[in-house]
Order: sequence, then C-alpha cells, then structure tokens
Amino acid sequence: MNISKFKLDWLILPLCGAIVVLVLWHVASSTVAKELPSPVKTWTASKDYILKPFEKRGEMDQGILRFTWYSLILVAKGYAIALIIGTPIGFFLGLSKVFTKTFDPIIQVLRPVSPLAWLPLGLVLFLGAGKQASELGALFTIAICAMWPTVLNTAVGVRAIPQDYLNVAKVLKLSRTKTLFKVLIPATLPYMFTGFRLSLGIAWLVIVAAEMLTGRPGVGGFLWQEYNALIYEHIILCILTIGIVGFILDRLMSLVEKRFKTA
Amino acid sequence: MSFLELKNVSKGFGPAGTRTEVLRDINLGIEKGEFVAIVGYSGAGKTTLISMIAGLVKPDAGSITLNDLEITAPGPDRAIVFQNYSLLPWMNVYENIFLAVDQVFPNWAPAKKQQHTEKYIEMVNLTPAREKLPRELSGGMRQRVSVARALATDPQILLLDEPLSALDALTRATLQDEIERIWEQDKKTVFLITNDVDEGILLADRIIPLSAGPGATLGPSITVDIPRPRDRKAINHHPRFREIRREVIDYLLGVGGKKHATVTRKLHLPDLEPEDLNVPRNFFSPRRGPIRRTEVKQETVEIDA
Repeated sequence: MNISKFKLDWLILPLCGAIVVLVLWHVASSTVAKELPSPVKTWTASKDYILKPFEKRGEMDQGILRFTWYSLILVAKGYAIALIIGTPIGFFLGLSKVFTKTFDPIIQVLRPVSPLAWLPLGLVLFLGAGKQASELGALFTIAICAMWPTVLNTAVGVRAIPQDYLNVAKVLKLSRTKTLFKVLIPATLPYMFTGFRLSLGIAWLVIVAAEMLTGRPGVGGFLWQEYNALIYEHIILCILTIGIVGFILDRLMSLVEKRFKTA
Repeated sequence: MSFLELKNVSKGFGPAGTRTEVLRDINLGIEKGEFVAIVGYSGAGKTTLISMIAGLVKPDAGSITLNDLEITAPGPDRAIVFQNYSLLPWMNVYENIFLAVDQVFPNWAPAKKQQHTEKYIEMVNLTPAREKLPRELSGGMRQRVSVARALATDPQILLLDEPLSALDALTRATLQDEIERIWEQDKKTVFLITNDVDEGILLADRIIPLSAGPGATLGPSITVDIPRPRDRKAINHHPRFREIRREVIDYLLGVGGKKHATVTRKLHLPDLEPEDLNVPRNFFSPRRGPIRRTEVKQETVEIDA
C-alpha cells in the first residue's frame, strides 16, 4: 500500500505531468507556433548530443554533458568567490550595527542589478587580461550577482542567534576566535546554507547569460550559437539541460542544508 | 563582610521618562557554603537579579561583590544554570560540558580534562547519554547537563535561575532530590531563584521572598531550620515547614503582594436598536438606522498591577 502510494506520488504523477506537457508542446508546434520544433524533431536533432554526451567534434560542437561540464566549472569558480567574499560580509553585517547602517543601503542598491548589466563592466575591468578577459569578466559577474543571498542570509542568521548561546560564551569567557568557531558559526550555519543554496541558483542563472554574451563554450554559449545557426531544436535541448542541471544542483544543496539543521 | 554581598542594588529598564524600575534597594549577604532561595512572582525581576550577579547585566545603582571583589563582567567563577538550559544544540552532552572544562582549566592535560568531564556526566547520571545531542534528550536530562556543565567549572557560587520551572512535576521532584544530593556532596554556595515555595523550603538554608514588581525588593530573610537530609515526604509533616511556608506566602500576598491599581478605559457599546425596516431604502429617504449607534463610554476597573 505504502509502496504503491510512493510510486503514484513520485513516479506516475510526475510522468503524467511530463506527458501532458509533451502533448501540448506537440500540438502547439503543429498548429499555432509553426517555428517551434516538435518533440520528435527535437529528439532526432539532439540525439547525437545526448547519446554521445562527452564527444568533442569542434569548439562549438560538443556533447551536451561536456558543455555542461564547462559551465559547471565556471560556475564553481564564480560561486566559490561569491561565498568567500559574501560570508564574511554577512558576518560583519550581522555583528555590527554601524557596519549595517553604513553598507546596507549600497547593498540594497547593488542587489537588484541584472547580470546582463554587470557583465559589460566585468569585461571592461579585465580588458587588460587579453584572452582571459571573457572568463574573468564572467567570474566577476557570477560572483557579484550570486553573493547577495549569502550575504543577507548570513547576516540574518547572525542576528537571529539566541541570546542564550551568547550568554554561555560570555559566562565561560570564551575568546573571540573560540566564540566565533564554537558558537557564532555553528549557530548561523543553517541560515548560511540557505543563502548558499539560493546563491548557487543565481550563479547557475548568471552563467547562461554570461556565456551567451561572451560566446564561451558551455550550455549558454551553445544555445546562442545554435540560435544564430537557426537550429532551434538545440535551443530546446539547452533549455532542458539548464533546467535539469539547476534542479539537481538545488536538490544537492538542500540535502547539504538539511544535514546542517541543528535545532 | 559576606561572601556574596549586594548593597542597595537597583535596576530599571526602558528609556528615561518611561523608565520602569524593576528592582529597588536590594540588600543581601550570602555566606560561603550557604544555599539561599529567592521566591517571588514571575515578572518580578528575579532573572534580572541573577543576571546582575552573573555579570550579564549591570546594576544602575549599588554594588555587588563576591569575595570583596566587585562584579563587573561575567566569569566562570559564577556558574549559572538558565531556565531554558542554554545548551549548544550542535554539541553532544560530552562536548557541551567539555567546552566549559576546556575553557576554565586550560592548563590541564587532555586526559585530565576528559576524566573531569566524565566525572560530572556520571554525577548527574547521564553516562549512557553522553553522545546524545540536546534535542534527543528530555527536558529533565537537558537541565541535568546544564547543571553538570555549571558544576564542572568548579565555580565559587552556583546561580540557579528557575532551573526546574520548565519541567513537569514528577521530573521536578526527581531533580530537586538530585540537586540536594549533589549539594550535600560539595556544599557549594548556591543562589536559587524559584517560584515554588516548597522547592525553596526543601533545598535552601534560607528563603527570601521578593515582592512583586515594579520596584521589587527583598522581604525578610526566613531561616529554614529543618534538619538535613530533608525527605520530601517527611518534610510535609514537620511543624516548621508549614510555619515557614505561611510566612513566605503571607509576605508575598500581603506587603510584598501585587499592588492594586485602577485604570480607566474606553468602552464601546454596540448598536442597540436595529435599523428601521419600514423606511424605504433609497437615496432620498432618511437614514434607515441603526437608531442608537455605537456608544463610547468611560469605565473604571480595578486590576492587578
């Protein structure tokens, strides 16, 4: 009974949803949107990329997982920079009222800026780097866009540390470093990981935009190139890949997040 | 001069103007090895009092000295057991206690620290639960960890801030017995805050009632001259038990009792007569009602402050 319920909830119902969408897609491609490739056409045009996911035939003609891998590496670098910069800023914001009052307005102004607006600035900043400029610009954009959820969640987490824990630290006269590592960081971890998860989502959003504009090999770059090459089936392939990878990343992060839930 | 001495201590909260004085003119002396219980209403400022002794809160006026040294900051010489346990949830029983031991005795060899920690875990009968996280423990077990952590730092005075009030009656009784047993072992100076008179009588050498706030102050000190060890069943029949109990309760209900006050407040009386259905409902006719609309009146009532 339980197993069949499980199957229904996690296998049959999602499959039904996917089938409904496929049918709608098929109907739409054959009636209203003539330019939209049908599911079957998409599959025939993409199966080379899916079945030989790691093949490299040319700079912009590679298996889909190979492209994904390039994108993931770039995201990992930018994301790491975002966390390394964002977490301490979050701690300062949470711990110091003066710091918050000084920098909160500027953070609130920079936060909603789109990655598309940051990227040209990033490219300009690293103009001197020559061949590396596009990568550094993309990293800059990922880092600065993905940083904010980490910064804000860490700050909220630090402010939400119960006074009791701080009292324990005070009564025991823990040193500053010990208070940080034994009390502040463990108490903030759940909030930090929520921030990390949201940041990763944004980093993955930004990578596509960054690759499109810089033409770097990767899922986003491939998508833009195939648009220019009028192979619309591959656009859909890329969209699905981006979605699935984003979903997997989010799931992985939420597993990690659960692991760190304390109280 | 007493071991712990509070002289004319006052404390208030809030900005000037609307400031309410929580504690006023607290004078108290506790000798070394004494077990003193403060009994009072909730909200009277008991926690503020113990926080001041712990050094977490500074008094507005007056001085608090321990061993002739003014208390200015928190320190491990005054271990405190909080009402809500205050264990760090990401550390297990052993780690919670070890953190304190490691901090207070930094020069000990690791083996000695470990042994010391184990000793106190055993003292509160938690050896089987030493690897458990606080969230896996019952309230009573958590409070035992908290007591063990406090005792393991070998403090000069143990401050207990309503340690048992969050527990159910049966667990509370067991832990009271346990506190008594532990106290008999090493005769530490203990400052207990409670809202349970019986608990005070069972455990303490002296009971001092704290009058109701705002502006709470300490009442007369009542010595509990019932011989130890006190048995919780036998103590009920001891003639002094009832006398002490009555004395404390009389003070709390009488002089130190809640002050009555009157407040005037607005009263909204609802519509009394409904609308007149004979009046046609259109733009030109007079208003249909209700005929007597909501009335606002002043009312004066007596409340417990």
